[in-house]
Amino acid sequence: MAPKIHLGVALDGAGRHPAAWREPNSRPAELFSPRYWTDLAVTAQRGLLDFLTVDDSLAVPGDRHAPADGALDRVRARIDAQLIAARLAPVTRHIGLVPTVTTTHTEPFHVSTSIATLDHTSRGRAGWQVRVSGTAEEAAHFGRRPLRELTTAELAEVRTTGTFPGFVHDRFDEAADAVEVVRRLWDSWEDDAEIRDVATRRFIDRAKLHRIDFEGRYFSVRGPSITPRPPQGQPVVTALAHAPLIYEFAARSADLVFITPTGEGSLAAILGQVAEAAAQVGRVGERLRVYADLEVFLDTAAATGPQRLARLDDAAGVEYFSDALVFAGSADELADLLIDWSGQGIDGFRLRPGVAIDDLTAIADDLVPILQHRGVFRTAYPDGSLRALLGLPTTVPNRYATA
Amino acid sequence: MSTPRKQVILGAYLGGVNHHTAWWHPDAGSQIDFGSFEHTARTAERGRFDFFFLAEGLALRERAGEIFDQDIIGRPDTFTVLASLAAVTENLGLAGTINATFNEPYELARRFASLDHLSGGRAAWNVVTSFDAFTGGNFRRGGFLDPAHRYVRAEETLNAVRALWDSWEADDLVADKESGRFLARPEAGAFAFHGAQFDISGRFTVPRSPQGRPVILQAGVSPQGRDFAAANADAIFSPYGGLPEAAEFYRDIKARAVAAGRAAEDIKILPSASFVLGDTEAEALEKYHTVRNEQVTGQTALILLEQIWNRDLSGYDPEGPVPDIDPDPDAAPIIQGRAFLHQDRFATVRRLREVAEAKKLTLREVVIDQFERGPLVGTPARVAEQIDTFVQDNGSDGFILGSHLVPWGLDEFVDKVVPLLQDRGILRAEYTGSTLRDNLGLRNAYSRADQAEVSSGLA
Repeated sequence: MAPKIHLGVALDGAGRHPAAWREPNSRPAELFSPRYWTDLAVTAQRGLLDFLTVDDSLAVPGDRHAPADGALDRVRARIDAQLIAARLAPVTRHIGLVPTVTTTHTEPFHVSTSIATLDHTSRGRAGWQVRVSGTAEEAAHFGRRPLRELTTAELAEVRTTGTFPGFVHDRFDEAADAVEVVRRLWDSWEDDAEIRDVATRRFIDRAKLHRIDFEGRYFSVRGPSITPRPPQGQPVVTALAHAPLIYEFAARSADLVFITPTGEGSLAAILGQVAEAAAQVGRVGERLRVYADLEVFLDTAAATGPQRLARLDDAAGVEYFSDALVFAGSADELADLLIDWSGQGIDGFRLRPGVAIDDLTAIADDLVPILQHRGVFRTAYPDGSLRALLGLPTTVPNRYATA
Repeated sequence: MSTPRKQVILGAYLGGVNHHTAWWHPDAGSQIDFGSFEHTARTAERGRFDFFFLAEGLALRERAGEIFDQDIIGRPDTFTVLASLAAVTENLGLAGTINATFNEPYELARRFASLDHLSGGRAAWNVVTSFDAFTGGNFRRGGFLDPAHRYVRAEETLNAVRALWDSWEADDLVADKESGRFLARPEAGAFAFHGAQFDISGRFTVPRSPQGRPVILQAGVSPQGRDFAAANADAIFSPYGGLPEAAEFYRDIKARAVAAGRAAEDIKILPSASFVLGDTEAEALEKYHTVRNEQVTGQTALILLEQIWNRDLSGYDPEGPVPDIDPDPDAAPIIQGRAFLHQDRFATVRRLREVAEAKKLTLREVVIDQFERGPLVGTPARVAEQIDTFVQDNGSDGFILGSHLVPWGLDEFVDKVVPLLQDRGILRAEYTGSTLRDNLGLRNAYSRADQAEVSSGLA
């Protein structure tokens, strides 16, 4: 049997392209309404995808490392991704829900309970895309501490050598601490802590609740959580990464890393760097899963992918640029690429629709049937959690369990 | 005489971490499973309630350094549950207590505005602050806030959050494909707030939500708390279940609101209440006593008293007299993780002793007698009448109802009492408004557009 392809989708407003909201099928006035997100989730679930991620940040969306400009023709707004995922939980049944939640200005205790609760309300389908808030703009929204950003010279240095100044290391150390706290809090209740022993009137066996007593460089957290251990034990932690420093962060903290190869050569190079990062941090236990991000502009009945991309570029007034490979073409060609790359040692793909409604519909209704026809994609959802869908162990040991 | 009868506001809450929920009852369900929240919210909506309410707890309670194991423990994240409930209800308001000490204005404004979008205008925030260093042990921020500064922080938080909510006008979102204009003006969402607690500026990511400003709830009976609520809140929780003191509180709050430049009807007053129904008065009363007896075990009674005495009372007999020793307010707290604050422990102790003496009650009995406020007990007709009288006599504008049986307890109220309230013409048969603000009969929240109209004399 051919290896199965794992497929998720990245949702971000009207789509990845800055002019996506202007396409005929796009619903820009509804970007903040529950119906829009429900429709997207239902489409993704129709396509039997593993998960959907919802992008987010604590800044107005725009170009990273560029000041918020005065442009009136861009979607400079978004609502909270974790709440979107929570809103989607009762109206979906199988698909994993993976909101982006930042670690820099947030309280790890809140992050822990909110993802755990998403796991409870979705009955085991929660994940988390960890994101660092590195901009001075975001820091000013909180006013608690100034954060410096990479200078132009430092950014150029990063691009040529891949090495970051010390303060960026600090930011990811803080993120790693935040993930560690969240994970400990998820384990701070053993699965069978609630006993409801009527005879002794004990609701809980307090021996099965644990203080986490985390003391780090940036903060300390006592625990236990207020929320019982989530159904998956440990919801799926993911991170997007572009550089060895961040691969190391992912290897320390995540179950799954999203990478951005731009071709087969770069895919091999990144896989090598990810393996090196895992060795560097001494990762043990479950292997870090690696998913390639791809931007997709697929052929539709009305126009080819390249035609659609050209039209979008024309509307935006600039040629589209992305950190990931931009694929414009037919679902058949994309299926070829996915099958080809699947053989190169990656675990799956996260497709980023150039235009949310059009490209997600093409993924679900064109690409997936082709993959099914070629015998490399599921034809029905199995029962079980997001961890089960991803092939991660579904029995997750609790670090505090005594018996 | 055809004075229109006051409409009753109803909220429903799912009992959280306390001894009020009969978890040992054979019919009791989970307090974590989403199905329990879904059932209660759907039932409340079936009964045309105004909102569903969730309380908050940010640390597990402890007694003498040990996690307390006798009551319900553990609860889900409020925002997440409310956003999920938005998917399974259409008209019900979704209210949550969220602490302003352990969340920053940008997050609070963003999460509530997002919830308001995702629920079509049904979000409400019960603003609280914490001064509890124990709870702070779970947060990077740390916990300590001088009790005297709680309202200072609360007020500044609220002002900062409003500045963020008001940073977008309703018409800032153009989203016109033809012209290519997504925003009306480049500065949509731009904000700056400079106060003693917060010095923040930048761009708010969330466009103006359906309610503009989600509904603000508040609790507190101190003069500071009353003034804060009267100036800022859309509704205040009343702790008074007896009509004379409730009516006094009602008069006082409405007067303070008017003094703060608002209309009396701009703030609603809502006591929380439990209910026990029976086919006869005697049956209801018997059921009520059974429930109370079960809720307040000897151990629960001692622990409730330990919060007042701040001493280890475990050596006292629950069926014996009230402890004869004095409270120890200066010792390290024996019970941690509760928001309940005893202002004057000695006065409370004096009152308990007097009541026990006068009514010949044991320690446990006096707790049962004194620690319940305003239960609604009786036949459905009698309870409907109690509610109607209390509201028409200005004891409150409505009630927030919780049942001792999660999640099925509210069904009985909705099946048996709600039709009687509707017959009396004091509860809607169908929802009329599209937002919580509409349903509560609150005026629309401030916006700069309104302000401009007012100042140009058009309004």
